[in-house]
Amino acid sequence: MRLLASSEEAKILAGGQSLMPMLNLRLAHPELLIDINPADRRPPSVAGGLLRLPALTRHRVLLEHDLVRQHCPLLADAVRYVGNVRVRNRGTIGGSLAHADHTSEIACCALATGAHVVVRGPDGDRAVPVGELFAGYWTTTLASAEIITDVLIPVARPRQGWSFHEMVRRTSDFAIVAVAVMVDLAERTGELAAARVALAGVADRVVLADPALITASTAEEDLDAAAARIAERLEPSDDVHASGEYRRRLARVLSARALRQAVARATGEST
Amino acid sequence: MTQRQITLIVNDRGHELWVAPSDTLLDVLHDELGLADVRYGCGEGVCGTCTVLLDGEPVNGCLTLAVQAAGHQVTTMRGLMGPGEALHPLQECFLRRGASQCGFCTPGMVLTALDLVRRTGRPTRAEIRYALVGNLCRCTGYTKILDAVEEYADR
Repeated sequence: MRLLASSEEAKILAGGQSLMPMLNLRLAHPELLIDINPADRRPPSVAGGLLRLPALTRHRVLLEHDLVRQHCPLLADAVRYVGNVRVRNRGTIGGSLAHADHTSEIACCALATGAHVVVRGPDGDRAVPVGELFAGYWTTTLASAEIITDVLIPVARPRQGWSFHEMVRRTSDFAIVAVAVMVDLAERTGELAAARVALAGVADRVVLADPALITASTAEEDLDAAAARIAERLEPSDDVHASGEYRRRLARVLSARALRQAVARATGEST
Repeated sequence: MTQRQITLIVNDRGHELWVAPSDTLLDVLHDELGLADVRYGCGEGVCGTCTVLLDGEPVNGCLTLAVQAAGHQVTTMRGLMGPGEALHPLQECFLRRGASQCGFCTPGMVLTALDLVRRTGRPTRAEIRYALVGNLCRCTGYTKILDAVEEYADR
């Protein structure tokens, strides 16, 4: 922490699967590189209704760890789409969130689950909702002397369903569009009590759809209509990978698919 | 940049080396230790030609700093071979199946596939494809590589 505060131009090296390519390609040239890998070896844990993932938790651990599979199956499933086996062996959840890529599967899931990150700075620790972490392309709202130490995710509840879908040209590519959905069904009526739809690849950061766009009905046509309203509100830009119009279409199709699947999982009709 | 001395354990042999903090593991293995089976491809962790096993797990040599590997076990494809450069059984399968043409991707393919078979026993063809998605081959069209890995897993 002292080193980090000593230089405005310092960079933290976690798994290195995004920062190291930027160094190799000379896209970044920090005056100080701080390797935090030896600093923390805590495994995932659960307490107080929260799954605590230390920032240095590797993607491979997210994929395989029993606590993650049990308490945040959304994340365990979505990590399959991240990079390749080498990237997953080194890449970390804290590094991924701090990198703030707008196509990040992990950021998308963190947003859908309503996760917080624990941020340590010169004045102590504070909890930041993931929705307030991203400021734009590869930029966070964190101060230069702050560091993410943990990710806290509410544990899975009964009558809750999840789903993750993405479109890529080739497996392991960055997502063109990814959608992560979490739904809660009301105990008595079986209708939607809450639905969180997070999208990646449609803006300068991962975004959460306005919950007001999703009605309580779990009928397939109503879920499809909600997905259409979500997509209409987006203004994705064109780039070399896909046009904005195609991204908006993907957002609609994938959101509809994910909402249906999440509801089916919540009712126990799908695994 | 100030050099520092580290001990790298590569293919079960310890090496005392002076490295710059910015040297990648790939730089040191290839340029300092002369291990031609660890190769610079893309520098971004996408192509797999610099794959090495770090404490038994495949990692990108180009995205790991040499100082980070100090004290850990590093294995390159050459480390799988027996006395007198005897081929590893998986290499034999690659040879028999014609899974190697120019050979540039082969060490990364072999190390990644070996890790997969060690972890899963008999992976399905889809699982082999998924595990090798980060190892690019421009010659073979992959089919013969999948055949070779399947033959090895079945042995």
